[in-house]
Amino acid sequence: MTISSPRQASVPLPMWQGGGTRMGFFTDTSICIGCKACEVACKEWNDVPDLDPSWSGNSYDNTLRLGASSWRHVAFVERPRPDTGVGVQWLMSSDVCKHCTRAACMEVCPTGAIFRTEFGTVVVQEDVCNGCGYCVSACPFGVIERRADDGRAFKCTLCYDRLKVGEQPACAKACPTQSIQFGPLDELRERAGARLEVVKNESGHEMAQLYGADETDGVGGFGAFFLLLDAPEVYGMPPAPSYQRRDVATMWAAASVAAGVLLGGVAGAIVWGRR
Amino acid sequence: MGSNMAECHPVAFQWVVEAKQNGGKLIHVDPRFTRTSALADRHIPIRAGSDIAFLGGLIHYVLEHQRYFPEYVRSYTNAATIIDERFLDTEDLDGFFSGWNPKERRYDNSSWQYAGGVIHAAAGQRTAPGALERATVVGGSPPQEDPTLQHPRCVFQLLTRHFERYTPEMVEKVTGVSRAAFLELAQTICDNSGRERTTAFVYAVGWTQHTAGAQFIRTAAILQLLLGNMGRTGGGILALRGHANIQGATDIATLFDVLPGYIPVPKVDDPTDLGEFCSLNGGAAGGYWGNLQNYLVSLLKAYWGDAATADNQYGFEYLHRLTGDHSTYQSTLGMVDKTVRGFFVLGENPAVGSAHGGLHRKGLRNLEWLVVRDLYEIETASFWYDSPEIASGELRPEDIDTEVFLLPAAAHTEKSGSFTNTQRLLQWHEQAVEPPGDCRSELWFAYWLGERIRRKLAQREDPRDAAILKLNWNYPLLQPGGDPDPHHVLREICGWDGQGTSLPGLGAVRGDGSTTCGCWIYAGAFAGGTNLTSRRRPHWEQNWVALDWGWAWPMNRRILYNRASADPEGRPWSERKRYVEWDEKTCRWIGPDTPDFPLDRRPDFQPSPGATAENSLSGDRPFIMQSDGRGWLFAPSGLVDGPLPTHYEPQESPLRNALYEQERNPGRQLFRRVDNPYHPSAGEPGSEEFPFVVTTYRLTEHHTAGGMSRFLSRLSQLQPEMFCEVSPELAAERGLRPGGWATIVTLRASIEARVLVTPRVTALKFGNRTVHQVGLPYHWGSRGLVRGDSANDVFPLVLDPNVHIQEVKAATCDIRPGRRPRGGIS
Repeated sequence: MTISSPRQASVPLPMWQGGGTRMGFFTDTSICIGCKACEVACKEWNDVPDLDPSWSGNSYDNTLRLGASSWRHVAFVERPRPDTGVGVQWLMSSDVCKHCTRAACMEVCPTGAIFRTEFGTVVVQEDVCNGCGYCVSACPFGVIERRADDGRAFKCTLCYDRLKVGEQPACAKACPTQSIQFGPLDELRERAGARLEVVKNESGHEMAQLYGADETDGVGGFGAFFLLLDAPEVYGMPPAPSYQRRDVATMWAAASVAAGVLLGGVAGAIVWGRR
Repeated sequence: MGSNMAECHPVAFQWVVEAKQNGGKLIHVDPRFTRTSALADRHIPIRAGSDIAFLGGLIHYVLEHQRYFPEYVRSYTNAATIIDERFLDTEDLDGFFSGWNPKERRYDNSSWQYAGGVIHAAAGQRTAPGALERATVVGGSPPQEDPTLQHPRCVFQLLTRHFERYTPEMVEKVTGVSRAAFLELAQTICDNSGRERTTAFVYAVGWTQHTAGAQFIRTAAILQLLLGNMGRTGGGILALRGHANIQGATDIATLFDVLPGYIPVPKVDDPTDLGEFCSLNGGAAGGYWGNLQNYLVSLLKAYWGDAATADNQYGFEYLHRLTGDHSTYQSTLGMVDKTVRGFFVLGENPAVGSAHGGLHRKGLRNLEWLVVRDLYEIETASFWYDSPEIASGELRPEDIDTEVFLLPAAAHTEKSGSFTNTQRLLQWHEQAVEPPGDCRSELWFAYWLGERIRRKLAQREDPRDAAILKLNWNYPLLQPGGDPDPHHVLREICGWDGQGTSLPGLGAVRGDGSTTCGCWIYAGAFAGGTNLTSRRRPHWEQNWVALDWGWAWPMNRRILYNRASADPEGRPWSERKRYVEWDEKTCRWIGPDTPDFPLDRRPDFQPSPGATAENSLSGDRPFIMQSDGRGWLFAPSGLVDGPLPTHYEPQESPLRNALYEQERNPGRQLFRRVDNPYHPSAGEPGSEEFPFVVTTYRLTEHHTAGGMSRFLSRLSQLQPEMFCEVSPELAAERGLRPGGWATIVTLRASIEARVLVTPRVTALKFGNRTVHQVGLPYHWGSRGLVRGDSANDVFPLVLDPNVHIQEVKAATCDIRPGRRPRGGIS
């Protein structure tokens, strides 16, 4: 089963039309061992600032979420085994920016700091970003964030600099079990489909599903998609992410009406005041 | 079992994940549900310290249901061998074997020998008393055997009787594993063993850190031999070592009682004659240890070069001799008692990483001098001004006299050298950057320390200095005052002949002074003058065994004893498990791996009378390091605490031994002294004060005692605080609040930790008794970016008698809500 948005995009939206091969991540959470090597490799390579050390008490997760200084985040979910109800299941999943086909962060960026690379990935240019924060509210996953001490927005670049020289992203390189796989998106989707069959049928994970592999979903599919052992909300991910700019036209229309009413009111007040 | 592979060996665990994707089944038996359990098909919670009962139950199951591999057992193990008639089992003596000396608290293993002769073991305590005078079993067939396996004193029958009471019911009673779960597992293992299939056991310190640790592994060895899972692909017992090069450190002898290549260190009462010493320690045995004199002489040549001649027994008299147990913890107590005055600590942090940290720190305080070489100022160096004892006000820095030398060390990226990993694979790594400031490699340190000592000693004329002054200490330096050439050091370890040509393999190691070899099992890693450990041919460019990646000792073999992958006639046991086999056309053993057998030795070879070493073994004896070429179900020599594994309770246990009147391993090393108190166990007065089991472990995010992780921000933020793991039931019983604080109390120390309440820890039921287990990661100390109390502080010193390892995987404790009391001078 794949996730598709209950609300299909109502207007034609800009899709990625790049000429090269679109590259991405397939994160197979069924073989994630929660080692967090991806988090460390990402921070080391990209020189992402440290977090203040703080023990959460939430299983082994002390990073807690993606953010301006956490571009990979391994989620830990402890729960009773869903099949038998006896014993424990411990889900682990390394989350990352989805590099959406319809990337709202990019669309709302007024400075052009966020752009689509020749690899089909979505990257923020640090020296262009003016810190307006539109992208933050546009992202349906809460991925992109501004750094408090800096003001600019940061997120996973899918190691654009490494891709430029023919290397794979640092997290995929460091992942010991190949839970994080990097490659041409078409190939990854094919591989993921086959893997899903095995996980569902042979390993007995009936609820296993691909998340973000479907181009008809609300963001046109992810450039970084997942194989999950249960519904995305179990992992703290939105079940039906949608492209926020879909509603921009109606929002502007509503805003215009509101502005008109407001202006009318102001004008009326002025007129009234002159009396 | 006894391993949390996904967390502690995540890189190696990729192969387990791959095996699983190829249809393999993964079962994890462990007190806690860990990240390994999360990936396993099945997790079976077990009471810490009860593994022999569990594995013994499996042995009982295999024997009772006749699920063993009959051809393998008959030919490749000592099942048929008849044992001395004086032997008495723990079934006869309620927890003791024959030969127990209660006064000395040790066994005389004479009665455990093969009927008709003493047999040498390949390791450990290699002989029995009076071995020189008694007939020695050398190769061939033992003096008495019964191929029908019916003789009441044959090993097979003794084994059957020894484990007779290890029934599924008993397993449940002792380990807390339900009968149903146990039987399902037993069946799975048996179904997955035999001609077509194999099962592997993977363990780490969860098996070793017990008072019967060596016997835990012995139990698995017996099971694997019965099932025919040794020397075959997908089989074996895989020991996961705790550091990148800890295997190499063991091979090249950091332990007090072995020289490089597992050659025993002479004891004071050993013969002073080289030949006699070798005979007593395996030289008279069958199998490859029969060449001990070759290995030892070549090592002595490496040590003393031209000063090692036939006239001075190649320097045998220069070798130090053991006066007793000089293992780590004996040294610690020696420090406490001021018999050990100086101490070197290289790449270790005992103030955090050793059992009973408080006692260790006391030892450090009593030293005259201490040298610590590390990347950071770890707790072992800071104990005199930053330690729990200073923080509590119990001690003041000005009252501590130890002179501490903290020397900065180079990291592995800052030097070249080889790592020998868990699978005996040597991999060369090149220096990437220069070490900063005064940081130096261990090689630099050892070489220049030696130079300075030799210069000092050269000025005086004391005959006792000869051993140091005559050392062959000539190493080419990379630059004046710099590192010795590490290639040269490895080449010396791998050995050369009189012309300086690198040895092609261990068969070329000689005992006549014509070869030099620093470690005989490494001979061949420099064959042809090339450093084979630096080979990096990817696996997709060679066969699946990948012999051209690095080099594995001995002789680049990837599976030891792989002769056992073929039947006695040399044919594969099955097509599916085909590996090494006899090729009649070429009259050689062939296969994708280096055969672990003399290459041209026919399967039907029979030794001639008087043959020695490997030539005394017939062509169907795969276990070539053993004196009789067979896998030992029953170990007449080698272990000091019994020829067969027996379930004993840990030193501190909430339960009584359900199998024997004797509660604990009688041979365990005890230190009854005021500063090392033990808790009473079940049934003893006061035991109710410490009702819970406590066990230690590691997390992926940190490295052992924290010296390489707590000082790094990237790692520290991932696991920033000391915590304890408790079950929801225990949390309710003791009022422990999730995310709050708890204090873990023992007679050694009280430490505090944040509370992680998790269903991953199971409360185990034993009849109407519930046993709770408390899990403690042991990474924290008073230094570093993230700090916390040290788990090892709560454990006592009590050791396995074979290898002198501490029991920190099972002890007892109490746990209370809230932080520990704060000290301070009032």
